[in-house]
Amino acid sequence: MEIARKFKNTFSNVPMLGWLLGVLAAVLIEYYWGYDYISYYLGLPKIPVLFGTLIMLKDPMMIPGVIGYDLIVYVIPILLIAKASNFFTNPVAAILEKTPLWLSAIIHLIFFYGVLHLWAGINDYRVLVVKLTMISIILTISINVINGYQGEFSCSHPGFMAIGAYISSIITLYFFVNDKTFGAAVLSPDLGPWLFPFALIAGGIGASLGSLLVAVPSFRTRGDYLAIISLAFMFIIKSAIENLNVIGGARGMGGQPDYAPLPIIFIWTMLCIWVVHNFVTSIMGKALNAVRDDEAASESMTVKTRKTKMTAFMFGAFWAGIAGGLFAHVLAYINPGMFSINRLAEILAMVYFGGLNSIIGSIVGAVSINVLGEALRPLELFKWIIIPLILILVMIFRPYGLISFKEINAKKLLRAKHKREQGA
Amino acid sequence: MESLIELGQFILQNLINALQRGSFYAVISIGYSMVYGVLMLFNFAHGDIFMVATYIGFGIATLFLALFAGFLPGPLIFLATVVITMFLASWVGVFVEVAGYRPLRSAPRASAAITGLMIGIIFETGILILLGAKRLSFPPLMESISYNVGGIYFTNVKVMIIVISLLLMLALHTFIQKTKWGMAMRAMSYDFLAVPLMGVSINIIAPLTFAVGAGLAAVAGILYGQAYPILDPYMGVIIGWKAFVAAILGGRGSIKGAALAGYLIGFIEIFVATIFPSTLRDLIAYSIILLILTFRPRGFFGMEHSTKLRL
Repeated sequence: MEIARKFKNTFSNVPMLGWLLGVLAAVLIEYYWGYDYISYYLGLPKIPVLFGTLIMLKDPMMIPGVIGYDLIVYVIPILLIAKASNFFTNPVAAILEKTPLWLSAIIHLIFFYGVLHLWAGINDYRVLVVKLTMISIILTISINVINGYQGEFSCSHPGFMAIGAYISSIITLYFFVNDKTFGAAVLSPDLGPWLFPFALIAGGIGASLGSLLVAVPSFRTRGDYLAIISLAFMFIIKSAIENLNVIGGARGMGGQPDYAPLPIIFIWTMLCIWVVHNFVTSIMGKALNAVRDDEAASESMTVKTRKTKMTAFMFGAFWAGIAGGLFAHVLAYINPGMFSINRLAEILAMVYFGGLNSIIGSIVGAVSINVLGEALRPLELFKWIIIPLILILVMIFRPYGLISFKEINAKKLLRAKHKREQGA
Repeated sequence: MESLIELGQFILQNLINALQRGSFYAVISIGYSMVYGVLMLFNFAHGDIFMVATYIGFGIATLFLALFAGFLPGPLIFLATVVITMFLASWVGVFVEVAGYRPLRSAPRASAAITGLMIGIIFETGILILLGAKRLSFPPLMESISYNVGGIYFTNVKVMIIVISLLLMLALHTFIQKTKWGMAMRAMSYDFLAVPLMGVSINIIAPLTFAVGAGLAAVAGILYGQAYPILDPYMGVIIGWKAFVAAILGGRGSIKGAALAGYLIGFIEIFVATIFPSTLRDLIAYSIILLILTFRPRGFFGMEHSTKLRL
């Protein structure tokens, strides 16, 4: 406890910019010396992909080497640079603080993306993990709108995702790709990446129209019945796709062009966080909470409960559709089996692990479940005992999830840290 | 005239198949419904309790057949397997209650649902780790004899499954209506706040309910093993979700409703599969369920609960 407080005191005056700089330094060290020197002298076969957990679990003898690698490459540079760069990151952060928030946020995000791009670029596996994690973030935030902010127990998210994935795939395959199912490309393939956002949005709109099938019954019922209605919806979507042989049926559909590189997914994720954050802090978003906490009372306080429920479902489903579209274009193959009970369990695990009614909680949930899933991969089946156990413990000790009912305050997050010390 | 007889034969034939299929759903969905009545929670691990119970039944049946096949009569082995499997499986139910649901008594309902789902995943993975991915086959506990009555084919196994399921439901009905424990359960589902003040502990009634549900699932598991001998760690997911749907369709907490809805789902599945291509089975079954719930949101026998539950 004493150490933790000392640590907090030492680093309390490091602004976000300083941390980013520290991570940049760590990534640069890994980029230039990681393979040639550090992992070589520590006796590691290659650069540890996800902080070495994979190597550690495969070969326990490697544990000291991996810990050394993590210390040399990540922990020490991040802490040192973050602390040492204080003298100029704080003034820079103070200058940024005077600019409009959006500008400061965009500068930070660009910096963050650069660091992430470098880190992920070291190997292809990292790129895939980062891409899928970001898609999971979008998914988790979108289900949090319905299950957290609006307080329903909706199980239909894989269905929404499937609609989005299939609609956007059909559009890109029809217009921009020469393939067997849809024949020659209608438009020039060069236009594809530019028109891809429209395909995604079309998928999102399709998903939100589909969500009306769940939203309308939710006027009369909630809780368990809605859970079943949404579950039935999910199965209906799945078996409907299975029976549509035009789009591949149960065999699935492949060959989606690679329109979703890392920057595109990053932009969509940030857009999702920004839009959903603004939505849930708006009057409309507060109405969701009101309906969740007491439907009758909110109705009497002029909240239109039906409109609110419909908005929540359509909005959540829209982003799930976007996530589905990105997912399809990352994997370049989808089949209806991907959007079933397993996906549902994963999505629910992420949202309830991270925390209801909180965007930052959703991000934490999505990242932890994804990274945990990848890191424990060498354990194979035992992974599916450890992750559920962790989740059960979280449910027992924090029934609403790790970080629930908290919102991000971008201003507070990005501000310079030296002022507070002067005041104190 | 002849086509009319053929139609009658066709309907009766499928009726028997549907009754058999529905029996499983009915017996399992009762387990969901009973837990709901007492705890106001759905036990999402119930499908996997059914799966574990089937594996236990498989172990016991194999053991008994190896030990006593020569000198004990078949029905006695069957009975012993059922009784011992029920006993062991009910401890699985008690374990799920004590480990997964008791710490979450005051937590939001969704958290308990997640815990149930996760316990289910742990069971599936546990079985997979213990027994490997090889598909085991449930040993037949009685010789299958086919009958042909007026062009309708059925086996004694089918008849036994239907009859035992009905007897089981009758026994459960008696237990709930006539015994002291059953009365305590009914009281608990009537008011789970006041009844503990009257000296009936929820920490006894809840495990008992889980145990009874798991015992029913154990019988369903053995019967299922007789009808479809291939065991699979994920069988609980497929059967369990449908039984869960039946429990909701019947009206939450209503045992009668759950049983009826279980049979209904069996009927829908069998008749859809014979009339339409079998790939359409889930599509049509779930569409019918969606329609029913849209127009009758409380299910068949659901009581008028306030919409504001402990969420």
